[in-house]
Amino acid sequence: MKELYAWAAIGLVVLASTTGDVLLSYSMKRVGDVAELWKRRGFVAVIGRVLTTPTFALGLIAMAVAFYSLLFGLSWGNLSLVVPASASLTFVANAVAARIFLHERVGRQRWVAALLVAGGVILMAV
Amino acid sequence: MTFRKYLVLAGITVFSTAGDSLLARGMKDLGNVNVSLHNLSSLLLAILNPWVTAGILLLLAFFSCYISALSWADLTYVLPATSLAYVLVALIGHFRLHEEISPTRWLGIALIAAGVGYVAAGPSLTPNRPRRSTLNATLNATQDAMRDAPPDRVPRR
Repeated sequence: MKELYAWAAIGLVVLASTTGDVLLSYSMKRVGDVAELWKRRGFVAVIGRVLTTPTFALGLIAMAVAFYSLLFGLSWGNLSLVVPASASLTFVANAVAARIFLHERVGRQRWVAALLVAGGVILMAV
Repeated sequence: MTFRKYLVLAGITVFSTAGDSLLARGMKDLGNVNVSLHNLSSLLLAILNPWVTAGILLLLAFFSCYISALSWADLTYVLPATSLAYVLVALIGHFRLHEEISPTRWLGIALIAAGVGYVAAGPSLTPNRPRRSTLNATLNATQDAMRDAPPDRVPRR
């Protein structure tokens, strides 16, 4: 039963952190190149622009959900299962989500890279 | 890609590694606190531990680097950079703390490094609105390529 809870938590981590990453990436693309904005309008303008982007707050909330799901997952499952499983699945889920929602061109190069990194994360935890 | 942008990517790796290590060090000081809603107060007091405070500050630095990288690069470009942190932790463990690293872990390190290198070699930004801004992105990519090209590759007359 604990095993099932642990996998449910892993699923929630993957879902929430993918949502968070996509929302943050979307918001920051709308804000534009931060360094350029800083040069033109100053540091306060950068902070203001980032904080007033509504999707940024949503992204932060999703990240917080992912963080707490990870904590609960860790109390149900082993560290060596929960962390690598959620990290490597998040990489693959992010590649899919970035393609669908952010219209990034995820070519063969980036697919191979996502799979290599996900595989590497699993191997490092065995 | 300019040198400054590579610095931001390096900052993601270094700050997240250092921040996590300091947090872990601080939480060990506090002993085995059960993370639950019942001892929320002990969890809140954890912030007062200097290691934890330093860790949180470094993780804030990590987050700033992360979102600033996302402002000029694709998500699928930035994410592999964050995974270099796993490699860094293992290497610090091996060379500073003299931990044994098994062959499977070395293989994992090699896979992550290969994945990161593979992505970093490609373009950092792909057109995200294919219908309207393909031209713009192509222009940007060309500019990037020209900036990165060593001077002797520029055709001379």
